[in-house]
Amino acid sequence: METLISLKPLLAVAVSTLGALLIAITGEKARNLREAWSIFTSLAKFSIVASMLPDILNGKVIEYTLIKITPELIIKFKVDGLGIFFALTASFLWIITSFYSIGYMRGLNEHAQTRYFFYFAIALSATVGVAFSANMFTAFVFYEIITVSTFPLVAHKETEEAKKGARKYLTYLLGTSIAFQLTAIVITYSITGNLNFSSHGVFNKDISYELITIIFFLYIAGITKAAIMPLHSWLPAAMVAPTPVSALLHAVAVVKAGVFMVIRVVLYIFGSELLKTYNLGLVLALVASFTIIAASVIALRQDDLKLRLAYSTVSQLSYIVVGVALLTPSSITGSIMHIVTHAFGKITLFFTAGAIYVVTHKTKVSELDGIGRQMPFTMASFTLAALSMIGVPPLAGFISKWYLIFGALEAKQLFVLGVLAVSTILNACYFMPIVYAAFMKKQKYHISFGDNKREIREAPIFVLFPLILTAIATVLMFFYPFFFLEIIKIIVFGVKGGN
Amino acid sequence: MNLWEHSSILIVVTPLIASIVNIFISLLKRSLCYPFFVGILGLCSLLSIDILSVVTTSGTIRYKLGGWTPPWGIEYTVDHLNAFLIIIISIISFIIAIYSKESIKKELTKARLPYFYSTYLLFVTGLLGITITGDIFNLYVFLEIASLAGYALIAIGERRSVLASFNYIIMGTVGACFYLLGVGYIYIITGSLNITDLSRLLPSLYESKVTLAALAFVVVGIAIKIALFPLHRWLPDSYTFAPSAVSAFASATMSKVGIYVLIRIFFTLFEPRFLTDITPLSNILIWWATVAIFFGSIIAIGQTDFKRTLSYILIAEVGYMVLGISLCNKEGFIGAVLHILNDAIMIACLFMIAGGIFYRVGSRNLEDFKGLGKSMPITMAAFTVAALSMIGIPPTGGFFSKWYLILGATKAEQWISVAALVFSSLVNAFIFFKLLEKIYFSKKEVIPKHNFRELPLSMIIPITIMALTILIIGFYSGRIISSLIRFTVPEGF
Amino acid sequence: METIIGKYNYWIYIALMMIGFYAMIAKRNLVKKVVGMNIFQTAIILFFISIAYKRDATIPILIKSQEVINPSQYINPLPHVLMLTAIVVMVSTFGVALAIIMMLYNQYKTLDEDEIIEILKKK
Repeated sequence: METLISLKPLLAVAVSTLGALLIAITGEKARNLREAWSIFTSLAKFSIVASMLPDILNGKVIEYTLIKITPELIIKFKVDGLGIFFALTASFLWIITSFYSIGYMRGLNEHAQTRYFFYFAIALSATVGVAFSANMFTAFVFYEIITVSTFPLVAHKETEEAKKGARKYLTYLLGTSIAFQLTAIVITYSITGNLNFSSHGVFNKDISYELITIIFFLYIAGITKAAIMPLHSWLPAAMVAPTPVSALLHAVAVVKAGVFMVIRVVLYIFGSELLKTYNLGLVLALVASFTIIAASVIALRQDDLKLRLAYSTVSQLSYIVVGVALLTPSSITGSIMHIVTHAFGKITLFFTAGAIYVVTHKTKVSELDGIGRQMPFTMASFTLAALSMIGVPPLAGFISKWYLIFGALEAKQLFVLGVLAVSTILNACYFMPIVYAAFMKKQKYHISFGDNKREIREAPIFVLFPLILTAIATVLMFFYPFFFLEIIKIIVFGVKGGN
Repeated sequence: MNLWEHSSILIVVTPLIASIVNIFISLLKRSLCYPFFVGILGLCSLLSIDILSVVTTSGTIRYKLGGWTPPWGIEYTVDHLNAFLIIIISIISFIIAIYSKESIKKELTKARLPYFYSTYLLFVTGLLGITITGDIFNLYVFLEIASLAGYALIAIGERRSVLASFNYIIMGTVGACFYLLGVGYIYIITGSLNITDLSRLLPSLYESKVTLAALAFVVVGIAIKIALFPLHRWLPDSYTFAPSAVSAFASATMSKVGIYVLIRIFFTLFEPRFLTDITPLSNILIWWATVAIFFGSIIAIGQTDFKRTLSYILIAEVGYMVLGISLCNKEGFIGAVLHILNDAIMIACLFMIAGGIFYRVGSRNLEDFKGLGKSMPITMAAFTVAALSMIGIPPTGGFFSKWYLILGATKAEQWISVAALVFSSLVNAFIFFKLLEKIYFSKKEVIPKHNFRELPLSMIIPITIMALTILIIGFYSGRIISSLIRFTVPEGF
Repeated sequence: METIIGKYNYWIYIALMMIGFYAMIAKRNLVKKVVGMNIFQTAIILFFISIAYKRDATIPILIKSQEVINPSQYINPLPHVLMLTAIVVMVSTFGVALAIIMMLYNQYKTLDEDEIIEILKKK
């Protein structure tokens, strides 16, 4: 594999840190300029990431060593297929979220907006940092930066409830990463002397079963951002954050950084061979399967729309984990594909939740009767995204689910098929009533503005446009998945050889 | 005469003489004391840099005091470890000296200021003497100079500090006497007091019970001085009630110097195999330190007074360093030595911030931190950096020493110690994020009586320098290890 | 028996040390504590001096006419010298301790530790 040395990965990470500084300097005095920085950096970030794509598609790898802190602890970037896949998703959605954030924050006249945009940019920096990490240490550094930089976002409202949620958020994410992940990294290093992600793992084959099991589960428990049960409850708690935060960070950047790390650990630290030998992948698949079902059941009972979405996220994240845990080419394809399909779907759903809140200040599912008539575009987008989540063709969600099913057959793990089937039904159960109520039921509460109930009152354009865009994307992705599959092919080829 | 040749003696003698001269200056003109005081410490910093550069270029300095050849005369030996400690002590003393100007004015009457400066200089003398001397009895004398100055400095704090200082005297004297007893036993069997000489004489005497008794006395004596749990009782009160500048300086240096003495005794005076193979001392100390880490962390959670919280965290941190050196492997040792540097800066920075908050708010209570993020933004940014480093979030300095410590404990398969280190990080995370939340996300409930503003420049600058150093050290950890700490690792690891 | 009588100097110093230690820990009067501290330190001085002693040896002053020096004829001077330094240190400690006791007395008008703690608790 050819390796290019280039500054681009560093630029891709640093550009939004720079943007954050500009945002902080500009401050509240020149709001438009500040927002312009936000959008400008997000565009710049995406274009830098995208500019690396051709090389990656040609089978090359881009590397850049930032700093050798000690001979073994090196901050180094390496852009490979998996990294660029995640970075593209996150940085593209950041552009859309930037617009949405502006509309949302201004629409609600939120306080401390500078702080909000500042930390948002930092969090994105760190997310791309995780995506481009060449070794476990670098990944860990950025993982922690994500946690710390999103803390102010979760606590944004500064109410007791927000602080409580943020506290829980931090306890789970920081606590487990120090307690388990760091320990696992140290043990890995003390055994192998190597923390680099490599496509066949870093461990020797002769490592004892007990040790490998302990390390494996230390990692899994340490990457709480993937929200695998029983360490998932930070995610619902984080829903106190403003909706754009929930949308981009808790449906895309943060949680996907979690599953991304799981994929990295499973495929690039342990390697599929080793895990298969010890059947550890299967154990992980079981845990994740349980999460899928349990989270869906809990989601059914949530009346708060954002909480329902949060539990749905918990469940959907485990799809990704199951896929990678099955360790077959198709299941890995499905799993990685699900990163992007779920990202688009879920961000749309959160955007709609935010739009509803901006217009009506409603947060409960039970209050949404008849809202479809009032906000037809919003709710249509919601419907599309929900269908994609369920996995109905012709929507993006179908593609990843298809590959996952295929992978389960390949791995001859039929229970996964059952789990996927049950989960699909459950998905339908918790999404469809909302759609039904929105369009079919009569409005229970008269909304204070306007005398005419039928009046269409959509969210501001900055809020509405992004969510329509992402909803359309879920459709387009069904018809044109080849671009993504192309990248995934490179990834799978890297870790499995053949196929 | 080339003065630089004598820098290793000058660095001790300068503050010693200056402390007396300072009194005379105060008789002439009191306002000259402070510039003189800071100037002397600046000079010490320059000398320490000179010593460091000599050591790194031409190796160990051996300076014969008064021309007497060792082992009869006292010899000053400065190798990489000494130079490392010397530079930490002199530069931190210099920075805190700058900081002390405003903070001490608020806590002391004007007439007593010159005495404060003199005592501070004596304290520096003692600490530098401990690190520079190559003679174990001379070390005792310097240890007592430092301690005596420390007692006095603590006693000038707020009302309750006097009793704390008295308890410290009692405990500290017991510690020093134990150390002296140990020295006596070593002298009985070897007839020598010179460290280099002893390291040659002792190996043939490892089986002797007297050697063991000597080591036991010395270790317990030093353990009191560094407040290793359960011998820590004097520390929280002393550092809580002492003047802020004193808490910052003493907490940053006193325990580190004690750790240095332990390293000297374990690995220069004795050999690592004495700890691991001949006696179970290594294991005992690992357990001892592990308990200290757990204890310090657990007690720290329950405190409401910020300086007291820091004191208990310091007790846990002392456990870190003792653990690192008693693991008897390369990683642990590197971790411990690196942590000497990191912890000195972090804890000094935090105590300085505590002093700064006390300066403005007049309280050390954690509840009174609410909303400070708005009124003291720079100080609080420094606080955030220091807190992250305490927790061990990369890329702050604290992460790297912790990394090596955990790595060392893993290599030695001391899982309980690994758990202790991790646990203490979690506790620090809990404590500091709770505070950060108060600082940034809480509004003040009562309208403040005092004017909440940013601190005066002479306090802000030292604090900011410290915080920046924490960040810079993080990135240069590898450089520090490869150019300095690597040479301090004892043979046989 | 041999260990007790033959090494009586050690036993004496240990006994003295323990007396001092007891006073430092158990006495509630601050001055008594400091006196205990002094006894404790003195015990160590005695210990050092006694290890310098040799049977049938004399004070270490060289006679000029003597040409061959036999070390066993002289008491080891080094511990004495060390103890001179240690006495200075101990006197300083004593001084500082007394100064602090005076400060305490001025503040609380008592020298009893319990009473001081009592006063502190009330506030």
